[in-house]
Amino acid sequence: MAATAPADPAVSVRGIVNRFGTQVVHAGLDMEVRRGEIFGIVGGAGSGKSVLLRTILGLQVPRAGTVSIGGRDLTELRGAELRALKRSYGVTFQHGALFSSLTVAENVQLPLVEACRLPDEVLAGLAELKIRLVGLAPDAAGKYPAQLSGGMVKRAALARALALDPPLLLLDEPTSGLDPIAASAFDELLLYLHRSLRLTVVMITHDLDTIYRTCARVGVIVDGRMISDSLEGIVHNPHPWIQEYFHGPRGRSASEATHQDAGVVRSPGRQ
Amino acid sequence: MFLEWRVADGERELHARGRWRAESATELSRAVAEVELEGPAAVLDADGIETLDLTGAWFLRRLEERLTQSGTPFRWRGARPEALEFAATLLAAGPAAAHEGSERRHEEALGALGRWTVQRGGQARDELEFLGRILFVIGGAFRRPRSLRFKSVIRHVYETGIEAVPIVALIALLISVIIAYIGAQELRQFGGEVFVVDLVTISVLRELGVLLTAVIVAGRSGSAFAAEIGVMQLNDEVDALRAIGLNVVEVLVVPRLLGLIIALPLLTIVADAMGLAGGAVMSWLAFDIPFNQFLVRMQEAMAPTTFWAGLLKAPVFAFVIAMIGTFRGLQVRDSSRELGRLTTVAVVESIFMVLLVDAVFAVIYWELDF
Repeated sequence: MAATAPADPAVSVRGIVNRFGTQVVHAGLDMEVRRGEIFGIVGGAGSGKSVLLRTILGLQVPRAGTVSIGGRDLTELRGAELRALKRSYGVTFQHGALFSSLTVAENVQLPLVEACRLPDEVLAGLAELKIRLVGLAPDAAGKYPAQLSGGMVKRAALARALALDPPLLLLDEPTSGLDPIAASAFDELLLYLHRSLRLTVVMITHDLDTIYRTCARVGVIVDGRMISDSLEGIVHNPHPWIQEYFHGPRGRSASEATHQDAGVVRSPGRQ
Repeated sequence: MFLEWRVADGERELHARGRWRAESATELSRAVAEVELEGPAAVLDADGIETLDLTGAWFLRRLEERLTQSGTPFRWRGARPEALEFAATLLAAGPAAAHEGSERRHEEALGALGRWTVQRGGQARDELEFLGRILFVIGGAFRRPRSLRFKSVIRHVYETGIEAVPIVALIALLISVIIAYIGAQELRQFGGEVFVVDLVTISVLRELGVLLTAVIVAGRSGSAFAAEIGVMQLNDEVDALRAIGLNVVEVLVVPRLLGLIIALPLLTIVADAMGLAGGAVMSWLAFDIPFNQFLVRMQEAMAPTTFWAGLLKAPVFAFVIAMIGTFRGLQVRDSSRELGRLTTVAVVESIFMVLLVDAVFAVIYWELDF
């Protein structure tokens, strides 16, 4: 598991400032994700979780601050080096963002087609492996995104994110819009991938059950900054918003449920 | 460089070396495809692999498959790599992937023709039904004028009409200048340069003014209608309207249709005026026909019906363009490619239909001596 405070974090965000007009979203936000951990990002609506993700991805240029992934500063890289860095992580967006005119298999193959020159049968084989990896039935490969259920879309998006076997996964609300059974199956899938592929995962989520089940550490965005701690530590943080978040009616029930079945490792669900 | 045969202690050894990772998939694929497999038993050795990810493991598995296929017995030195074991477990579980597309049969020509005919027939029926629904809403508006949504109509008059004025005016001006110039060159041979006025007046008022305007509007607004409604369709907004209990034709189609029926005749008048102005300026600059002579000649050339013969077509063209644009927009389903395809179809079809309707008008006018 994750070593304590390694010198070389997987993702390191320092002093990020983001402002839209007069609205300050991030006022010097720091975040550090250690290699091999599942890191959860939480925060109220409009607190800048998605903006933070976009900043890490380089889609949003911050007013100040630096983002480095695997020890390399994103803002200083150009051209081929930047492309290589972008292949070192996989991303899923909140609504899947599957390409609607391509089948699931073609969606998964797209990063491979762009990065490598491979014969069709190899592409098909690799796509099948990734599709099975995320627990989709192989016959989902030929379907178009519009033919998939919400849970299947999330899994297919995950398969595309894993197409190039990146060591780092960035997930934006992976369980939002799923029913509780599909959401908890997704949690198990994430734990399973994390264990078997030794992934580092950064995950924005609102789902308290997911946080309790999967996250080793949690970062809470409050007042444009991030307070991060181990799950145990963050739950006892005195900040009023964090108290409200983890000890409101929903927080309590999720916490109780986790303590009841703690330690039970289920195999990932198939969908 | 990734795979290498060695012979040691009388055994053939296949050494895998290097970084078996997704970033070298191209080279791995080639190495696995090109390695010489025929021969006696082989020992596989993965000790030289520095890093192995799931993609690399898939290629190791492909190597195993190829060895099995070529009938070469093999065993791993030591344990099978962990990632390979993992990939093999994944691929072994559950049913094999159904390889679609491989058995797509060659369709007979007759079958294709039949399918095409049935599709066309279905589409013609849908279009007729759509027309009926439009007329139903417009007919209902006599009892309930509110259903025409005047605010929305005015917005569409602005977007399809007022905003198109500059481009329509410019194109009408240019086309009449071209006609005057080419016409005068020909007519000069007969000493009849002054007939250039007749040429410009009749061609612009009867045909070119309205036709060019309709083609521009089909490109501008026909595509906009299809794309706008198509995106609403993709976002489930159209379903939301239906679920609220609103009539989609009433809310989305009829306001665009009425807006365009109001805007296109107005644009045609602008185009006519600009066309005549262009002809007048050109006649004066190039052929020394003064403005007042142009005006006199123009009035002589015009029959009472010349102007109306052009303008009457405008609302019909507007109806055709708006109906095709909105119909194609509502057909968008599921994917961004469909949106692009149907927007293209909307523009091509509405330009084609405008020309077809124009030909029908020409025949009718001829018969009526209009």
